[in-house]
Amino acid sequence: MDASIAAILLQDGLTNGAIYMLLALALVLVFSVTRVLFLPQGEFVVFGALGFALLLKGQLPGTVWLLLTFGAMTAVFDVAAAAPRRRAAVLLRTAALNLALPSAIAAAAWLASRHPVPPSLAALIAVALVVPLGPMIYRIGFMPMAHASILTLMIIGVTVHFILVGMSLFFFGPEGMRAEPLVGAGFVFGGLIISGQSLLVYAVAAAVAAGLYLLFERSVYGKALRATAVNRTGARLAGIRTHVAGKLAFGLAAAIGAVCGVLMVSLTTVYYDSGLAIGMRGFIGAVIGALVSFPGAAAGALAVGAVESFVSFFYSSMKDAALFLLIIPILLYLSMSRPGAVAGEEE
Amino acid sequence: MIQRRTAFCTGLAALALCIAIVPAFYVNLIAYIGLYSLVAVGLVLLTGVAGVTSFGQAAFVGIGAYATAALTALLGWSPWMGLLASLAFSGVSALVLGLITFRLSGHYLALGTMSWGLGLYYMMGNFEALGGHTGIAGVPRLPWQWLYAHAGRAYCALIWVVAVAFIVAVERMLASRKGRAIRALKTGQQMAESFGVNTYWLKVQIFTLTGLAAGLSGWLYAHYIGFVNPTPFGIYFSIEYLFMAVLGGAGYVWGAVVGATAITLLRHLLQDLLPKVLGSAGNFDIVVLGAILMFVLHRARNGIAPWLARRIHAPRLAVPSRLSRLMPRRPPGASGRPLLELEHVTRRFGGLVAVNDLSFSMQEGEILGLIGPNGAGKSTTFNLITNVLATSAGSVRYRGRRIDSIGMRAVARMGIARTFQHVQIVPGMTVLENVALGAYLHGGKGLAAAALRLDRAEEAGLLAAAAAQIRRVGLEEKMHEPAGSLALGQQRLVEVARALVPAPSLLLLDEPAAGLRHLEKQQLASLLKNLRAEGVSILLVEHDMDFVMNLVDNLVVMSFGQKLACGTPREIRSNPAVIEAYLGGEAA
Amino acid sequence: MKLIKALACSLSFAACAAGAQVKVGATIPLTGPVAMLGLGQQKAMQMYADKVGGLGIEYVVLDDASDTTAAVTNVKKLTAEHNVDVIVGSSSTPQCLAMLDAIAQAEVPTICLGSASAIVSPMDDKRKWVFKIPPNDEVWIEGMARHMKANGVHRLGFIGFNDAFGEAWLQGMNKLAAKYGIEMVAAERYGRTDSSVVAQVLKVLMKKPDAVLIAASGTPAALPTMTLRERGFKGKIYLNASIATKEFMDTAGKAADGALLSIGVGLVGEQVPDSNPLKQLNLDFKARYEEKFGKGSFNIFAMQGYDAFRILERALPIAAKAAKPGTREFRLALRDAIESVRDLHGNTGIYNFSPSDHSGLDTRAVVMAEIRDKQLNYVPE
Repeated sequence: MDASIAAILLQDGLTNGAIYMLLALALVLVFSVTRVLFLPQGEFVVFGALGFALLLKGQLPGTVWLLLTFGAMTAVFDVAAAAPRRRAAVLLRTAALNLALPSAIAAAAWLASRHPVPPSLAALIAVALVVPLGPMIYRIGFMPMAHASILTLMIIGVTVHFILVGMSLFFFGPEGMRAEPLVGAGFVFGGLIISGQSLLVYAVAAAVAAGLYLLFERSVYGKALRATAVNRTGARLAGIRTHVAGKLAFGLAAAIGAVCGVLMVSLTTVYYDSGLAIGMRGFIGAVIGALVSFPGAAAGALAVGAVESFVSFFYSSMKDAALFLLIIPILLYLSMSRPGAVAGEEE
Repeated sequence: MIQRRTAFCTGLAALALCIAIVPAFYVNLIAYIGLYSLVAVGLVLLTGVAGVTSFGQAAFVGIGAYATAALTALLGWSPWMGLLASLAFSGVSALVLGLITFRLSGHYLALGTMSWGLGLYYMMGNFEALGGHTGIAGVPRLPWQWLYAHAGRAYCALIWVVAVAFIVAVERMLASRKGRAIRALKTGQQMAESFGVNTYWLKVQIFTLTGLAAGLSGWLYAHYIGFVNPTPFGIYFSIEYLFMAVLGGAGYVWGAVVGATAITLLRHLLQDLLPKVLGSAGNFDIVVLGAILMFVLHRARNGIAPWLARRIHAPRLAVPSRLSRLMPRRPPGASGRPLLELEHVTRRFGGLVAVNDLSFSMQEGEILGLIGPNGAGKSTTFNLITNVLATSAGSVRYRGRRIDSIGMRAVARMGIARTFQHVQIVPGMTVLENVALGAYLHGGKGLAAAALRLDRAEEAGLLAAAAAQIRRVGLEEKMHEPAGSLALGQQRLVEVARALVPAPSLLLLDEPAAGLRHLEKQQLASLLKNLRAEGVSILLVEHDMDFVMNLVDNLVVMSFGQKLACGTPREIRSNPAVIEAYLGGEAA
Repeated sequence: MKLIKALACSLSFAACAAGAQVKVGATIPLTGPVAMLGLGQQKAMQMYADKVGGLGIEYVVLDDASDTTAAVTNVKKLTAEHNVDVIVGSSSTPQCLAMLDAIAQAEVPTICLGSASAIVSPMDDKRKWVFKIPPNDEVWIEGMARHMKANGVHRLGFIGFNDAFGEAWLQGMNKLAAKYGIEMVAAERYGRTDSSVVAQVLKVLMKKPDAVLIAASGTPAALPTMTLRERGFKGKIYLNASIATKEFMDTAGKAADGALLSIGVGLVGEQVPDSNPLKQLNLDFKARYEEKFGKGSFNIFAMQGYDAFRILERALPIAAKAAKPGTREFRLALRDAIESVRDLHGNTGIYNFSPSDHSGLDTRAVVMAEIRDKQLNYVPE
């Protein structure tokens, strides 16, 4: 092990870490606003990745059907909930968001699969197919239980994960896919091969991290979003529309996930069940950020990537075990550094 | 309404019948349900009762299974040695992991269990000596061949005997002294600590217990299937166990069986049904399972068991009719010394100074009132005295000894008891059980004794003492009602009764009269006077001036964290500074 | 008396044979990590005939989701509930090993699609019910080891799956290495869905191997292949037959050019010399397969899976003469019949079963091939 090898390992670790970072940020985002520990975040990545890969091959991704189905279900839920009062505005809004919009995106995807489109457009459509899924999943799975305990919400997240993975296998099959990089070039620096694609990943990850940080720490809007997690009733009394906040958070998370997927599928092969593995690593990063801090989560995810890379070098078969066991000292440290830890705030 | 005993016996009979006559494949299924139930009960105990989530239970099953597989298949030892090994390894690892993990709190705890669950799983697959990912085959059967005859029906029965025995043991444990403490963990850890419960150690204990049960399940599994490999011990199975506990009804011990049965049968049904309906591509049984679980959680947040429990009549706790044993009264200290002394006590929360240089003292056998406008720092002062919060500066002495940093449990052991400003009772327990929690420090029998019913005599004594105090505060007819169903004022009386049970020398009451009607207040006042006559000292926070003025010997008035005045009620009533603080200016 | 008995027997057999239904059960992974293998097998089963001789065949297929416990449960289900006469499955080694006990208890002959030799040897009371289709790992590895020796490979690096498959290959290679004068200088592991193997590749390259053996099945093998070439490795890369899919070729692209692997004849059928006894058979099968499933869709797992039917085709009529389907006697007879199969030409190789050998294949089953421009090219000895 010399300096050049260490440098390569570090670079590889950081590139993976940047992917994990996007996941970690999305997880912190969702938790800060809705108190949901959103395990299925990895599935958004997979949907974006494989959707993009399929569009580039000229095939229609199955997520189109998922989108239309979930859209229809959400519309039904909304209408059922609004039934007593039958406000036209509600009906119109839900029809527009859950029926018309998905149909439009589906049509665009269909067109894109028929006629070759430039990769950037395919990427955009792939992301657009996934973004509306976020608010829909929130509406169907979590909104009816918004007052539940963190544990219950986490369990619902797990059930959503199972459902999405099952759908994933159905739509994409068991084979993995890979795509050509969006950014071709690259350069060599010392012994390091730095591809253009990986630079793009760094840039996007940094931008998302900065953007979320500014939104949540520096803007009133962000603080309002946070308030919904701290005290739901209080936030509503203050005029914050908590349901909108939840949908927004999930929508953002889906967008981040899909973008992550589009970037990732050019770096490595993505399978229908890749979601859990990267989701867990993003989780570790989020936990290092105590589930509330964006910079902490970002740093944590990068650390996870680096540690993974170095452990793979020294003892590759123990890589997974080491990663998950290492989280315990981190959790210990975090738990001890927060005062009043004895108080049982488990709901 | 079915009687509980009837339901239990009928259930057992039905189970025995099923095992005896169903086709061979279903015996297998029933055996699996039994194995899962053993683990799921532990989770119900952890999650529903103690409020602790574990995503790693399957790892303990794995440790138990691998321990016996390694010893019997690889080293050729007897399966009974394997049993000892299974229990030892799973118990010790649960103990160690519990000691580490329970320093965590809230959802960090859940995440901690997830990580070691995953870590252990990956480790299991990595050791060549343990067969790596292929696992260990050829685990020998138990030396009694008749267990395996007739498609293994006797073995299935064995599994259920073990499972039912464990569940009954857990039920008994939950009905005991420590069980009451466990049931308080979910909603009132702080309160439990203030009555002397070592919550950390208690959590580790039940966690170790669930680890042992899971290890036992692993041992039974290994000698049933004859093969172990890492797959059944991974995160997905841990999640499935959690599903079983939540679906069945976390909080109801038998809910584990309900949940295990429901999920196993559902998966079996879906596996058979779905390919016919949908064609076989896709993981649809798990999709449908997930959807069903989500639906159930939306509709029945507490799972299926509560629905069943409503139809089964649970018998009341027997209360000995005679007052057999009251708690021994502590001897009064040397008179002349103040009982309680606060000197320059200060508490800061960041930039806010909640209690500022507070000094006062209290004599033995007096009733001292602590009054002041809202936000004056009265409850914070209580918290400082009882060690719920640490002081930023200053000292608190009780009978001459410093108590400001000895910890809540030590404070309780010194004979100080308290009630809380926000009522801290366990809504799911009856009034009697809630009050009996106060007697925690006066018992010594642990979980094992409870399971074996060796604690009956002690229990009778504790319950009798609790009953006595309930009568004293006038809540006798509510004794067997769930405490959550009482009006707020009555809940406060429950708190008072609970604080009285350990026969304290110093009683700290935080707004005990709030929410009581006039007559009830009078009764409370006379109760407190009686206590004073018996030698109990009382420190009281109250807002009702009539109540306070006619009751206390002395008053301390606080405002903005500082002592404003102290003296007799008469002196305080005419103190201009007090009037200004309360009324904000000169009274007309 | 004897005549009447004979008449009665033959009449009853005729009656049975006319409506005789053999039940074939299958437990395969249609979902989960090894779903690729199971889905290939499923395609093969869609080509199985509904009739053999005068016997009708009913198929019951269950998904075991790549899970060992489910595989065992499925065996119990198939035998206790469905009363099958023979089981096909499962597709990978851990499941097959787990199923052994249940198979022996139920006394049902089973044709396994897992690859480890441990499934059928050492022969014992349990394994006598089990037969294996894929060649033992050692057969594949030996083919490659011979090629390595002939091509001057002395230092070998290894990158494999962190699971039973990778383990089996590592152990197999270790055993054969000395015999062929090869030194294993590095052994690294990785997970199927890992996104990067840079660290492992670096570790292997540090030891300067002449060749690297990648023990991964299917498309995930593309990752180390590509990473090795990216990092400038110029030596030989050896893969295994499971990568012979369109998806792997698409994913690995240029990086796979020049990679070597030992495969079944069926995948390079057109190129092997006519003297190869398996050539025609494989070409016929390929044509039939592509007619049903589309050109270019040929799948190695389907190719292997069809051999199970060939075996049944030969063994079922023999067993039917001795007993009635659905009975224990039939299952025993079927087991014996399969064991007696000699010189059966299948897609995978030439099967010669015997009481001690339930794998039945020798090195005639494998040939070497090289990947060039997403095509497999036969490499003569």
